[in-house]
Amino acid sequence: MGRVEGKVAFITGAARGQGRSHAVRLAEEGASIVAVDVCHDIDEIAMPLATREDLEQTVREVEAVGGRIIAREADVCDLAQLEAAVAEGVAAFGPIDVVVANAGVAAYKDFPSLSEATWRKTIDVNLTGVYRTVKAALPSMVAAGKGGSIILISSGSVFRGGGLLTDYATSKNGVVGLMRSLALELGPHWIRVNSIMPSTVLTKIVDNEVFATVVSNAMNNGQPFETREQRLEAMNAMIASRHMIPRGWVDTRDISEGVLFLASDDAKYITSESLRIDLGFAGK
Amino acid sequence: MGSTVATGRVAGKVAFITGAARGQGRSHAVKLASEGADIIALDICEDLPFAHSPHATWADMEETVRLVEAAGGRIVARKADVRSREQIDAVLAEGLEAFGKIDVVIANAAAIAYKNVLDITVEEFEATLDVNLHGVFNTVQTPVRHMIERNEGGSIILISSGVAYRATPSPDYSAAKTALITFARALANELGPNRIRVNTIEPGYVLTPALDNDKYGERTAELLGREPFASREEHRAAMWDQFKPRNMLPVGWVEPEAISNAVLWLASDESRYVTAEELKVDAGFADKSA
Repeated sequence: MGRVEGKVAFITGAARGQGRSHAVRLAEEGASIVAVDVCHDIDEIAMPLATREDLEQTVREVEAVGGRIIAREADVCDLAQLEAAVAEGVAAFGPIDVVVANAGVAAYKDFPSLSEATWRKTIDVNLTGVYRTVKAALPSMVAAGKGGSIILISSGSVFRGGGLLTDYATSKNGVVGLMRSLALELGPHWIRVNSIMPSTVLTKIVDNEVFATVVSNAMNNGQPFETREQRLEAMNAMIASRHMIPRGWVDTRDISEGVLFLASDDAKYITSESLRIDLGFAGK
Repeated sequence: MGSTVATGRVAGKVAFITGAARGQGRSHAVKLASEGADIIALDICEDLPFAHSPHATWADMEETVRLVEAAGGRIVARKADVRSREQIDAVLAEGLEAFGKIDVVIANAAAIAYKNVLDITVEEFEATLDVNLHGVFNTVQTPVRHMIERNEGGSIILISSGVAYRATPSPDYSAAKTALITFARALANELGPNRIRVNTIEPGYVLTPALDNDKYGERTAELLGREPFASREEHRAAMWDQFKPRNMLPVGWVEPEAISNAVLWLASDESRYVTAEELKVDAGFADKSA
């Protein structure tokens, strides 16, 4: 008997990184997965986003652990696309029990060069995208009348300043405000709403050429690194000192364990919590 | 030593738990044992003159022992006072003799005076701090030295309280429990390089003998400005109605097992990079305006 046996989880940004890891971990513990991802790059955001092939890989990994999954290309900036994916998921597996609002982007721009279009896009994906994600899933949860768990992936950048994150940190702070207000409103329905505050997680959101510039500027006099290994070593040195446990990052699996805990009935009285999985970043 | 390999989410770990004779402490012991841990347990097992409500008894501790063993765990259980380093260290020495190590510490023992700011004496205030703050320091220092020497990391869990976030008429208890959060942060920062994690749990209302007793019934009647309750059931019903509007979820309190589920997560390697976290298990108490 898995820890989320029989539950249905709707996960955004599920093609790779944290979202894929959450899908696989919840499936390992008995959940059926409704997965969406935009699966293409966005004009206003420099970092490369996931692909259709990435989403297909998530499907394979979920199925490999014995899970059921419906995976669709859908943009958190388009409510109708999310609603269509949820409708397919509900038809196949039943009402949604768990929502993991994970899709997120970062521009990594210094403030003078952060265009209004990019600022708006980050907020639209990271904050309004969470609004749309919950909006799409909530009717089936309320109608089913058996409660649920909504998990919003926020960020440690809510607690401490981080370079080149004005758009990102603002959006992630907004997520916490949304979380608290939703927790209050949905408490009578036994729908719990919590956020997770990760520090750095080694995924494509930092392991890419755009963030590589941030690392090379900070650690290598602006010179590019010859290999990925050298870049990661410098990144580790750049970040580890900000953590009480002296490591540069956590693995996607570590965040997934928090998602699993909050999704499970073990957390049935936990709501309006900002769960930090951050090597002690927020307190340092 | 048993011949079977323990299974479960904390299989093979050894947990030291204070205030383990009843209530939350007992629940933590049983939960961790059911997931494969061995338990070193202590409790004062006697009333304290300043404390408002009756404390546990040795018969309560015997029940904890029975329940832990029924869950498949081994346990060393002793009568000891967290205000005495000597007594704590004697229990730990016996626990280490039996199980060889300590992986998890749960500082759960607590007392409360239940007096308003203007009524509480400095002696009573200090008496609560002696148990709830200095007692926690006493509880963790020896295990921390052991963990550093052993160099296998560890998880220290301090039971703080939702009173850290919301006003309640318990100045001694609030001061001590809130101090645990910054104590945990300092300890987490110091012990991070040793992979020893330090976290707090902030429970909301939990129905345990600390609330569910006749003395607290008198306190509730006083706070509500009403005549004494005729029965324990009537007191419980009044507390439920009193507490429920303070929670986001439609309940008056949570069960001890809900806190134990959080203890289990923080004790397990599932939370290996979680440190200096304040984990609220409170039905939304902390973030709800009164």
